[in-house]
Amino acid sequence: MKTFLSEIRSAVMVTLTLAAVCCGLYPLVVFGVSQLFFRDKANGSLITDAKGAVRGSRLIGQPFSADKYFHPRPSAAGNGYDGASSGGSNLGPTSQKLNDAVKDRIAQYRKENGLSESEPVPADAVTASGSGLDPHISPRNAELQTPRVAKARGVSEDKLRELIRENTDNPDLGFLGESGVNVLRLNLALDQPSGN
Amino acid sequence: MQPSDWLQLAVYVVTLAAITKPMGLYLMQVLDAGGRTWLDPVLKPLERLTYRLMGVRPDGEQDWRRYTGSMLLFSLVGLLFTYAILRLQHLLPLNPQGFGPVSPDLAFNTAVSFTTNTNWQSYSGESTMSYLSQMVALAFHNFVSAATGIAIAAALVRGIARHSTKLLGNFWVDLVRITYYLLLPICLVFAVILVSQGMIQNFRPYTKASLVEPMKISVEKKNDKGATIKSPDGKTVMEEQTVTEQVIPQGPMASQVAIKMLGTNGGGYVNANAAHPFENPTPLSNFLQMLSIFAIGSGLTWYLGRMTKNQAHGWSVWAAMMALFLGGVLLCWWAEAAGNPIHHQLGAAVADGNMEGKEVRFGIFNSALFATVTTDASCGAVNAMHDSFTALGGFVPLFNMQLGEIIIGGVGAGLYGMLVFVVLAVFIAGLMVGRTPEYLGKKIQSYEVKMAMLALLVLCFTLLGFAAWASVSAWGLAGRNNEGPHGLSEILYAFSSAVGNNGSAFAGLSANTPWYNTTLGIAMLFGRFLMIVPIMAMAGSLAQKKLVPASAGTFPVSGVTFIVLLLGTVLLIGALNFLPVLTLGPVVEHFLTAQGKLF
Amino acid sequence: MTHKPPSLFDWNIVGPAIVDSFRKLDPRLMIKNPVMFVTQIGALLTTVAIFTATAERGFITHLAIWLWFTVLFANFAEAVAEGRGKAQAQALRRTRVKTTAHRIGSGGRTEDVNANDLRKGDIVVVRAGEVVPADGDVIEGAATVDESAITGESAPVIRESGGDRSAVTGGTRVLSDEIRVRVTINPGEGFLDRMISLVEGAKRQKTPNEIALTILLSALTLIFLLVCVTLKPFGIYSNAAFSVPVLIALLVCLIPTTIGGLLSAIGIAGMDRLLQHNVLAMSGRAVEAAGDVDVLLLDKTGTITLGNRQATEFIPAPGVSEKELADAAQLASLADETPEGRSVVVLAKKFGIRERQIHELPLAQFVKFTAQTRMSGVNVNGTQYRKGAADAIRGFVKTPVPAAVEDSVQKVSRAGGTPLLVATRDRVLGLIHLKDIVKGGLRERFKRLRTMGIKTIMITGDNPLTATAIAAEAGVDDFLAEAKPEDKLALIRREQSGGRMIAMIGDGTNDAPALAQADVGVAMNTGTQAAKEAGNMVDLDSNPTKLIEVIEIGKQLLITRGSLTTFSIANDVAKYFAIIPAMLMGTFPAIAPLNVMALHSPTSAILSAVIFNALIIVALIPLALRGVKFNPIGAVAILQRNLLIYGAGGVVIPFVGIKLIDMLLTALNLV
Repeated sequence: MKTFLSEIRSAVMVTLTLAAVCCGLYPLVVFGVSQLFFRDKANGSLITDAKGAVRGSRLIGQPFSADKYFHPRPSAAGNGYDGASSGGSNLGPTSQKLNDAVKDRIAQYRKENGLSESEPVPADAVTASGSGLDPHISPRNAELQTPRVAKARGVSEDKLRELIRENTDNPDLGFLGESGVNVLRLNLALDQPSGN
Repeated sequence: MQPSDWLQLAVYVVTLAAITKPMGLYLMQVLDAGGRTWLDPVLKPLERLTYRLMGVRPDGEQDWRRYTGSMLLFSLVGLLFTYAILRLQHLLPLNPQGFGPVSPDLAFNTAVSFTTNTNWQSYSGESTMSYLSQMVALAFHNFVSAATGIAIAAALVRGIARHSTKLLGNFWVDLVRITYYLLLPICLVFAVILVSQGMIQNFRPYTKASLVEPMKISVEKKNDKGATIKSPDGKTVMEEQTVTEQVIPQGPMASQVAIKMLGTNGGGYVNANAAHPFENPTPLSNFLQMLSIFAIGSGLTWYLGRMTKNQAHGWSVWAAMMALFLGGVLLCWWAEAAGNPIHHQLGAAVADGNMEGKEVRFGIFNSALFATVTTDASCGAVNAMHDSFTALGGFVPLFNMQLGEIIIGGVGAGLYGMLVFVVLAVFIAGLMVGRTPEYLGKKIQSYEVKMAMLALLVLCFTLLGFAAWASVSAWGLAGRNNEGPHGLSEILYAFSSAVGNNGSAFAGLSANTPWYNTTLGIAMLFGRFLMIVPIMAMAGSLAQKKLVPASAGTFPVSGVTFIVLLLGTVLLIGALNFLPVLTLGPVVEHFLTAQGKLF
Repeated sequence: MTHKPPSLFDWNIVGPAIVDSFRKLDPRLMIKNPVMFVTQIGALLTTVAIFTATAERGFITHLAIWLWFTVLFANFAEAVAEGRGKAQAQALRRTRVKTTAHRIGSGGRTEDVNANDLRKGDIVVVRAGEVVPADGDVIEGAATVDESAITGESAPVIRESGGDRSAVTGGTRVLSDEIRVRVTINPGEGFLDRMISLVEGAKRQKTPNEIALTILLSALTLIFLLVCVTLKPFGIYSNAAFSVPVLIALLVCLIPTTIGGLLSAIGIAGMDRLLQHNVLAMSGRAVEAAGDVDVLLLDKTGTITLGNRQATEFIPAPGVSEKELADAAQLASLADETPEGRSVVVLAKKFGIRERQIHELPLAQFVKFTAQTRMSGVNVNGTQYRKGAADAIRGFVKTPVPAAVEDSVQKVSRAGGTPLLVATRDRVLGLIHLKDIVKGGLRERFKRLRTMGIKTIMITGDNPLTATAIAAEAGVDDFLAEAKPEDKLALIRREQSGGRMIAMIGDGTNDAPALAQADVGVAMNTGTQAAKEAGNMVDLDSNPTKLIEVIEIGKQLLITRGSLTTFSIANDVAKYFAIIPAMLMGTFPAIAPLNVMALHSPTSAILSAVIFNALIIVALIPLALRGVKFNPIGAVAILQRNLLIYGAGGVVIPFVGIKLIDMLLTALNLV
């Protein structure tokens, strides 16, 4: 009995001690160091406009549907790109619902961008990402949208391609991951005076 | 399956192999009560203080019953600690959103989930948990459940390495040392690196950003009382709304994600887990997270080799794990790269593979690799939605979990799970060399076989029993997000994940119901503790045995023959049980996908 | 007498075995074998389903028949093994003819009683021409005994009171003289009785490895039972209604029926093989332990070397020819009837010296060996020929021993031999090299043991110098020189504390403690009753090297079990590919590509798998009875070989087998 009570004491005390260290001290130390060295990133890589208003995060995608903007991927987060409810569609390969959605998106994508019926549509353009907040589209997706945006904005496609290049995140260390065009950054660049 | 993908795979495996020995060497020091590390000047006083507070003598070792008893008691206290905070969060501080108490079944499920290193999340954190609940009730277990798993593995390895003794070490000492010397320092460095990649670490309220292009959405019209309005013909009336703001989540994410990965917990800070751009900002952060999932488990195989003075055995176990790992990666990667023929038919580009539920920055390969890694280990973090994988792509994570997550595995749990198969392999094939089977000089007799099979029985009975029940009951069927075989996969995945203490999901399943919360909670408890007890009993029995000196007649536990044997045992004893039901789920779905069948 | 194994298809065995297969269906017997018990229940349920089913009656009937066959085949395997054991035991039992014993009752009067009524401690008189009524010790008298009934050795042996040759075995025949024997066992407890009940299965207890294996197989059965039970609800979910007979078919195919059905047959056959080598084991545990032996203790004399030293060489003194020395040595040995003496005479023949008979030399005076003189020889024609130990001869010869001869004495001693000097009063003629002769073929056998990982230790009373030489010549790994009985016991304890398993063979009473301490103690049948009681095996042939065969039989037993277990489990892959697609074909025709064997129809696929599962038991009965071949090639090589044959083979063979059965069923229009 005595040993059992002392075991309980050990269990309770170690719970409290480790909770204090791991849940109190540790996150605070990480917080301090991060704020000291990576203040911008630790606070969400926020984009502010000239007036100081937050327009978004460099890492979080936003919805765009106007012709003058590059369109991001379909999103299953809330009503679309809802930062408070990230997530995917979770529809499986034999899902009728997913099948219908992909069918509609392909039709719309082809229509918007003037593609022929036989032209394969980039998969990322017609599927929802896992987070619903994917900031990127594939380079081919951006390329296929370029004529539409160029027409809507009245700028040359070459100018757009240059902006796309500037806002493309290439593989880390040259080989990790895939190239992706950051849609929010690209569209903000389009809206810059120099982008017009 | 691009050349650059192969390069990434090679770099991953080589890096993992390279950190295995240093990690193993460090583990040798951490898991020795008198071990020395270069962190001693800072941490030794803290360690001593902790022992004094606990009233524990660090040099007093325990036999298997005491060791297991301490572990169970500690887990129980932690479970109650978390359950109490969740149930009382409305009375406790740090609850600015004014969340009410968590429901009894969800609190049970969540407390069990975090105590068992599962991190299955039936809830949505943002709308359920107060800051205190998140930071203390849940994050606490990210450390200690990982430490517990490592401690159990260490006790088993000691049981194998020692002889003619009852003592397996001291649970309290292992717990404290693992937390202080292993988990905390690595997490500290890892968390800061993650922040450098763009992960958040702050205590700010959520940021509201004004959208560059306001979004028009169509929503159900509601009356004053919040009920939907129906038109005379019975259709729901919709109305247009314009969304102008985007909520950007904030919080102390990096500190939690570091231990979530290193401790193979996997519970996401946000709902989308490692698919979320904050929780996994870059391919580099993705690479490091995958590496950290395997780091300790891989090092433990080296620890096994060093402790048993048979480094070749440690590496052979590692190689068997890697063979299973590579098999899984290749199948999953191939299936996802091949994509969904149904969508190809509609006009989606064949070369892009299956991008549903995947992030562009990770692409097909890193999503498939992550899915394999997270389910080989009992991590459960996801950087892509497994529910939307192709049939065979989703088969791999499901299969990995059903094997018992022994491919590197959850920290500690992977090693002790794999050692169960090692014992069985040695027993079955050991007879074939014409001696009573010996594992590293210990005779494997009926007691060890009994305990090993008991561990397997628990896994099998809990998983198949609950899944079968759910698949024909109203509560089970109600949770599904998909019809047909995929729906069965969702149910099967949930219980595989719970029993395997993985925590990932075919996330379409709505599991936050009293039935699912309770059954999954029980499955998690059984999958953790009913496995550990027989394994510890086996450790105790092995430790007491005399050491039989090796001779030319001794069964070899290293080399290609042993690796092949171990793989065969894992696949025949571990997997065959699940093949029939897997056939009804992902396998049938694969053939149906090829025929374009929809549900 | 060697007990030849009966042919595998001896009708005297197969006939009763078939009857026994049915008798063994008794559930009280079946439940001891969980795997086959589950199969039997499955067969029963399927039989019931024939009558309750509304469709596919023919298929279900076929299924039921083959499930019953599966159970019967397993029973048959056990019955055949038992039958063969019984046949062996019967041969031994024939020695147990009903005998009458002359028991010395109270007051010293003898009374005639039935041998079966004798109790431990009774004293009986056995006269010439009578059969010894029970195992016992001679307490008075000496007799020649014909033990051929037990050992097959036709030469009679001497049994006398006291010493190491006092034990007599029931069933042997006294040829001359009269002895009094104290009965040492109660009826039915003799070694032979125990062995008979072991091979008949009556008293068969599971050995430790068998228990562990049964646990493994039972747990696997339980797991697959759950798999099949839960498949019902999973089927309901998938709109695939799996019928009970089909689920039973799947269950029976997945559970390890092959090894489950053959396990006890393998054990019985192991005992039986020992019996064929004329070794009686007290328990199956002892046989199994033999496979685990790490260290073999062997007495030098009689085991490693021929019983006695032999002359191997004549080394003449300077100025003496070899022939001259040989002639003198032979003369000096003519009266020496010891084996050493005979060997000198024999060796001399090689130098063309014919063996002279004593009566050819009527005037010769023979001098016997005495403890005082330590010399023997002959006085003939006035010359005194002597042979003896070096120091004894030194005192005998009047002249000093030449330095060259002294050198040779040293050399021979160093080589582990014994130098005997041959001399007359006047001069030393030379020396005889007496040597322990290592039995032929031992070096190879010890090498064989070494590859098995077994260390051999020679036990000898010789000095270390001699022991080293003999150990080197015989090729043993180690030796214990100048060993006293207690040293032997200490050595066993020391090795055991290091985790090793020890086997030894012994005969004398002073061997008893060591025999009892050793993990495998084989007593020679010629040994004392105490030695036999202390050991756990008795070698009827009293052949000390038998231990090596015993070890190989033990290993073979374990290997057979392991190999068939591996084979049984590996079989599941093919059965899975046969049955699962068949079960799903109706609901999901898309699954057709999974039918990799392209089996004719769902019913033929299921039936083929079940039939294969039943027939493989029969097909493996010969292997189970004969045992998997054991080659001493080292653990790694054995593992690789068996893993390839029984592991990889176990995966591939059923694919072929099931396909063939399916083709046959289709061709015969049975499905």
